[in-house]
Amino acid sequence: MNEITKENFLWSALKIGLLGGAIALFICLIGMTEIFSKRAVIEKVITLGQFVLLAISVSCGLIAARRTSQLLRSPSAFSGLTAGLVAGLTVGLVLALFILAGDKINFRAVFLNASPALYKVLTFEKGIGGAWILPAAGAISGLLGAAFPLIPTSVRRPLFHAVLFLFFMALFSGLFRVVIINQGEKGEKIAKYLFGQTGMTVPGASIFFVLVGAISAFWSAFGKQIKTSASNLPKGGKIGLRVVAIVIIGIIALGLPRVSGPFIAQVIVIVALYILMGLGLNVTLGFAGLLDLGFVAFYAIGAYTVGLLTSYGPFGMQHISFWAAVPIAVLVAMCAGFVLGLPVLGVRGDYLAIATLGFGEIVRLLAGSDFLINYFGGPQGVIGIQKPCIGVLEAFTKIDVPRMCRGIELKDPQDIYYLAIFSAILIAFVSWRLRESRLGRAWMAIREDEDVAEALGINLIQTKLLAYMLGAAMAGLGGAIFATLIGSIFASSMQLIVSINVVALIIVGGMGSIPGVIVGAIALIGLPELLREVSEFRYLLYGAVLIIMMLVKPEGLWPSQAAKRELHHLDAEAGTEL
Amino acid sequence: MSMLTINNVHTYYGNIHALRGINLTIEQGEIVTLIGGNGAGKTTTLRTISGLLKPREGSVTFEGENLAKYKAHELVYKGISMVPEGRGVFSSLSVTENLEMGSFILKDQKEAEKNMEHVFTLFPRLKERRNQLAGTLSGGEQQMLATGRALMANPRLVLMDEPSMGLAPVLVELIFDIIQQINKEGVTVLLVEQNALMALSIAHRGYVLQTGEIIISDSADKLKNDPAVQKAYLGME
Ligand SMILES: Nc1ncnc2c1ncn2[C@@H]1O[C@H](COP(=O)(O)OP(=O)(O)O)[C@@H](O)[C@H]1O
Ligand SMILES: [Mg+2]
Repeated sequence: MNEITKENFLWSALKIGLLGGAIALFICLIGMTEIFSKRAVIEKVITLGQFVLLAISVSCGLIAARRTSQLLRSPSAFSGLTAGLVAGLTVGLVLALFILAGDKINFRAVFLNASPALYKVLTFEKGIGGAWILPAAGAISGLLGAAFPLIPTSVRRPLFHAVLFLFFMALFSGLFRVVIINQGEKGEKIAKYLFGQTGMTVPGASIFFVLVGAISAFWSAFGKQIKTSASNLPKGGKIGLRVVAIVIIGIIALGLPRVSGPFIAQVIVIVALYILMGLGLNVTLGFAGLLDLGFVAFYAIGAYTVGLLTSYGPFGMQHISFWAAVPIAVLVAMCAGFVLGLPVLGVRGDYLAIATLGFGEIVRLLAGSDFLINYFGGPQGVIGIQKPCIGVLEAFTKIDVPRMCRGIELKDPQDIYYLAIFSAILIAFVSWRLRESRLGRAWMAIREDEDVAEALGINLIQTKLLAYMLGAAMAGLGGAIFATLIGSIFASSMQLIVSINVVALIIVGGMGSIPGVIVGAIALIGLPELLREVSEFRYLLYGAVLIIMMLVKPEGLWPSQAAKRELHHLDAEAGTEL
Repeated sequence: MSMLTINNVHTYYGNIHALRGINLTIEQGEIVTLIGGNGAGKTTTLRTISGLLKPREGSVTFEGENLAKYKAHELVYKGISMVPEGRGVFSSLSVTENLEMGSFILKDQKEAEKNMEHVFTLFPRLKERRNQLAGTLSGGEQQMLATGRALMANPRLVLMDEPSMGLAPVLVELIFDIIQQINKEGVTVLLVEQNALMALSIAHRGYVLQTGEIIISDSADKLKNDPAVQKAYLGME
């Protein structure tokens, strides 16, 4: 009996190792390892590519050890470590096998990324003789992974946080370096000490490691105490604490673009624009339950409206100021929401998805078509969009000559930043008020059951149309800001993928949840924008994240109250069935 | 003048002829039951009255007014509420929130609160479970909730679609007691049932529906003793 279970746990470790090996191999063959190897976590010590492969075998070791403790009747530290060793070794062996086979067979004929550079990375530039290094490293890291649960929690947590933080710093080291360098001469010195060209320096990494480890250890020791004493504060104290927090966040938000430079400011603006679109779709889909796969249409309509109304280029129609054009753009987008809403009112489910998808494509194709080239500029788009001006805008003189702004002109991403952040906050507030309103309750009712909602006195047509229109208005506002941010708009930037991004960020954030939209936009739009290296693998990671989310946290990163309760309720039901 | 008059109504689903010329009246203050087997057209009749379906021929008149010109959601304002087949509670909302949805048409918050108190006195069980999610209630409690929700809109006529469906006999009795009670408080009830015996025991009058046609109509007592009804719907030989 004992024999069988023993065989079982090693067999399961082997399976886990094979799976990890397959993932590692996959990462290599799509070129990720090679690209990541150009970046260091710690310079001259470990590259990002190696780090990722190591992370895989460490995880396999950890999972195998966990599984072992479930499989065996009397699990021991030794059996867990053995399982970890086997799993890690297997991961390394899979890769080693690949290297040996690659010496004989030309994989490159099929896998473009099975390049000499990849072999160099995997053999640590020692040629075919270096193939043994990977299994050895795999075995050791698997062992480490398996040993991880044996460490007492008070050490394990800080360790984990510190390593995680190092990985995070490694990903963003280029950004941090530039930001610190921008802060003057002293900054340059600090940056050079902490970061090299490709990653952190040894002292830099040590400093971060110790710092994060210490903070994490401190928090796990005293965090509870701090929290309880904060919640025991008198009411005035609590409000005071909150005010202080808001003021600090406000100061950071105000100062950020000045400190960070234009690139990060632009990324934040893009995130804010996706938040606007996300909040819009959150009204239509999250609140009212009406799927819209063509949501980019409203964004495009907002952008084109501002473009055509303010441009000093050849397609400018009116030459009004940005501030006058924004409400018009929002209104036009709202009307577009109405136009989309009317024909699809009676349509449900799958058909709704297709109909709205079509609408998005129609808008994009019309905007870029030769048929309307005299109005929308066709593929050349609308250029020369006037920047917002706080002050007096001089009259339009001549085509292709920007109008002078006497006052403050919001011309850089760092200036538009304030506009975008303000709009996102405003619309988040509006969304929240809408959800709590009578209309919000009506949306909730039709989302749950249309027939019952109607029988309760809810006007389906009006309620649905309002969901489309208000959602569209929010996306239109996003588009309006986008137009003035970029200064020119092209139909080709209004692709279906934008709509898909918006749907995905709502799902990842948590359907119907306003903070969820913000978290989702940061995770799905902000991080990939910042990580230019991985942009090639963006949609791969996207898919992986979505699948993992659906398995692990289907209610989203920051779920709404209703979604949370519904899931609990399902759990409760499942519980009673058992 | 009758409260509700259905005059020669024909209702279709596409080209399926579901109601074939129905005539039915309900007087103010009555409990009227509409009994019939599965697929007879009972739900279709209720959906036609509440405006969710429009008759292709004939008319529905409520308090002297032809309902043809009203949409389903407008009829709630006229004083017609429905307790749908299968209850149709909002399963991810709490009991209180479900009841609040029932008072959607009321402008006056005070009135809504008063109605909720009233529902809670009718159904103390709901009060105990006011914060529970509707989806986790038992079938009987869901039926109470659906009934309470219909009462939240101050209806004068309540349409109930098979409230006894899937409930234990004790619970059916409880629900039917409540129906009688709200009727005494002045609410007129049209009760659709397959459970003919129970329905006829509380109703004043009844209609028997078969494949889209009314085949018998009479007082409840007479129907109970009608041999044809006994044979077909009361399970007596
Ligand atoms: N949505 C529908 N589409 C087509 N036919 C329907 C639909 N609903 C009901 N019917 C048909 O109409 C007839 C009456 O149905 P219904 O009113 O639901 O009966 P009951 O409520 O008495 O069981 C049945 O023959 C049924 O098949
Ligand atoms: Mg029915």
